[in-house]
Amino acid sequence: MSEINEKLVFDKPEIIIDRATHYCPGCHHGIAHRLVGELLDEMELGGNTLMTTSIGCSVFLYNYLNVDAVEAPHGRAPAVATGVKRARPDHFVFTYQGDGDLASIGMAEIMHAANRGEKISVVFVNNTVYGMTGGQMAPTTLIGQKTTTCPNGRCETTQGSPIRMTEIIASLGGVAYAARGSLDSVKNIRTAKKHLKKAFECQTNGTGFGFVELLSGCPTNWKMTPLQANERIQNDMIPYFPLGVFKDISEDGGIC
Amino acid sequence: MTKQPERIFIKGNEAIARGALAARCKCFFGYPITPQNDIPEFMSTEIIKAGGDFVQAESEVAAANMLLGAAAAGIRSMTSSSSPGMSLKQEAISYMAGSEVPAVIVNVNRGGPGLGDIGPAQGDYYQSTRGGGHGDYRHFTLAPGNVQEAYDLTIRAFDIAFEHRTPVLILADAILGQMKEPITPWTPEKIDDEAGRDWAITGKTADREKRLIKSLFLAEGELAEQNKHLQAKYESWTKLTECEQFETEDADLIICAYGSIARIAKSTVRKFRKEGKKVGLFRPITLYPFPSAQLKALAEQDKRFLTIEHNLGQMVDDVRLAIRTVSDSDFFPIYPGNLPTPDELEEPILKCLEGK
Ligand SMILES: Cc1ncc(C[n+]2csc(CCOP(=O)(O)OP(=O)(O)O)c2C)c(N)n1
Ligand code: SF4
Ligand SMILES: [Mg+2]
Repeated sequence: MSEINEKLVFDKPEIIIDRATHYCPGCHHGIAHRLVGELLDEMELGGNTLMTTSIGCSVFLYNYLNVDAVEAPHGRAPAVATGVKRARPDHFVFTYQGDGDLASIGMAEIMHAANRGEKISVVFVNNTVYGMTGGQMAPTTLIGQKTTTCPNGRCETTQGSPIRMTEIIASLGGVAYAARGSLDSVKNIRTAKKHLKKAFECQTNGTGFGFVELLSGCPTNWKMTPLQANERIQNDMIPYFPLGVFKDISEDGGIC
Repeated sequence: MTKQPERIFIKGNEAIARGALAARCKCFFGYPITPQNDIPEFMSTEIIKAGGDFVQAESEVAAANMLLGAAAAGIRSMTSSSSPGMSLKQEAISYMAGSEVPAVIVNVNRGGPGLGDIGPAQGDYYQSTRGGGHGDYRHFTLAPGNVQEAYDLTIRAFDIAFEHRTPVLILADAILGQMKEPITPWTPEKIDDEAGRDWAITGKTADREKRLIKSLFLAEGELAEQNKHLQAKYESWTKLTECEQFETEDADLIICAYGSIARIAKSTVRKFRKEGKKVGLFRPITLYPFPSAQLKALAEQDKRFLTIEHNLGQMVDDVRLAIRTVSDSDFFPIYPGNLPTPDELEEPILKCLEGK
């Protein structure tokens, strides 16, 4: 009998807890968690991390990452993280927020934390719906997109147009780094990780506030298969939410 | 020659701020609103000098949530506001109660409802003692009656907060906040700056499990357990009640009042005593937990009660609950928007004395 020699080429980051997640099949929150986990390991930040979680499908992030965490009320994560960072300035503090959380109810908190230049990092998962509550219209819902509270499609004249958060954040004085990535393909996921790393570094080297938006799929509320969801990101979302770095004041950075 | 203790002549608001610094408060989060502005203004420079940090938040919502974050990290922290701002802070206060985060919150009560006015009032009594946000919770509420006490109770508030892992509210009002009095500042001998060492988020080390500060309990039975645990904690506070009794021993009629109104009522009581009228004053210092046992003990001595508040009748509910098996209380309202004088209280007190 021949021996099978297995070579491990892919493993879970140490900081990610080995358990099943509550996410739907094809949900991109898992990928976003993984990228954060990989970076915390690679940058050896785990023991120094104080995470601020938010309210949305990712509310249980603290069950998946083996770090100390505080749960913020809906939208308030940037304020809570401000408090954490001011109390323990030597720690690595980040928030992880959805689009309903960050761009609607938490608009004031994210704008002012960014504008003050809080030395925190923000991971912003934009899936154009309120995932957790069952797929209602979000501030990022695309024109014409059908949700449970705009069943005929979002209408620009009565519901406004989708908010491009990264562009807004990039325009604020206190911001060191603002970029938009996407989780629809391997190539884009790799780039997204680079954005996150840059944002995290802006905090660890004291440059300032780092913000990364991640275009993400919610197959369940989009009523699509995971593959269709990836295609929707490419065909509908990226044209409206362009990918790239919108602000980078770090030494080797440049504004694109 | 023994050194005379230092005396300073300051406003109630400043006494609260100085008390917090004496208690080694290290983070302050504020937002402008009259009549509490002296507190954030003082803190904006003084807490920095003391090695702490100050943020003028974008709103009271944000200020209270910053407090939640700093306190979750185990650092002595405070926010202050006045009535309209307190409505906005209730979200975070509910989360702090639910996730058992120790923090100090100051309300310099002004007139309401709505924008009301910027004068003194006690309309926030219910909000301050019932858990002003959502869910079944309470927090400690301390009501100072003079500027020295505002200083002392602020120091106490931090100890209570950390000992019981609870938000503690200091309920003052526009009179107390703006009034100047001489006080003797002092510094507590021992403060345990690491009092949160067993629960605060400080960064996960190899020798301990990760820590979560959270109020979400979804698993079956978990939330009921948490509520039971919180309830037991609140019940344990009943032995920590505090009140001031003035001339109550032989009194026929007891005036129940707190904060600035108690101070005004005390003048009236003094005047009546000189005339030989048997009136006394009962002043709760802890509004939650309410000093029910002390009040009931008085009721059992066959005394009558008159509650006077700068609102339309809120604490009187607690007075009645405390004495309900033996007695009852009359009520006299001072309308928010009016400033009471000791003379105005004479008539209602006399009426009660004469049994009318
Ligand atoms: C104050 C408050 N309002 C509303 C809710 C209900 N709620 C929970 S999650 C959520 C939306 C989450 O959407 P999003 O932030 O986009 O995250 P996703 O689930 O899509 O990842 C809402 C409205 C709440 N928890 N608190
Ligand atoms: S509802 Fe959407 S965002 Fe939430 S877990 Fe399912 S796929 Fe993910
Ligand atoms: Mg969403």
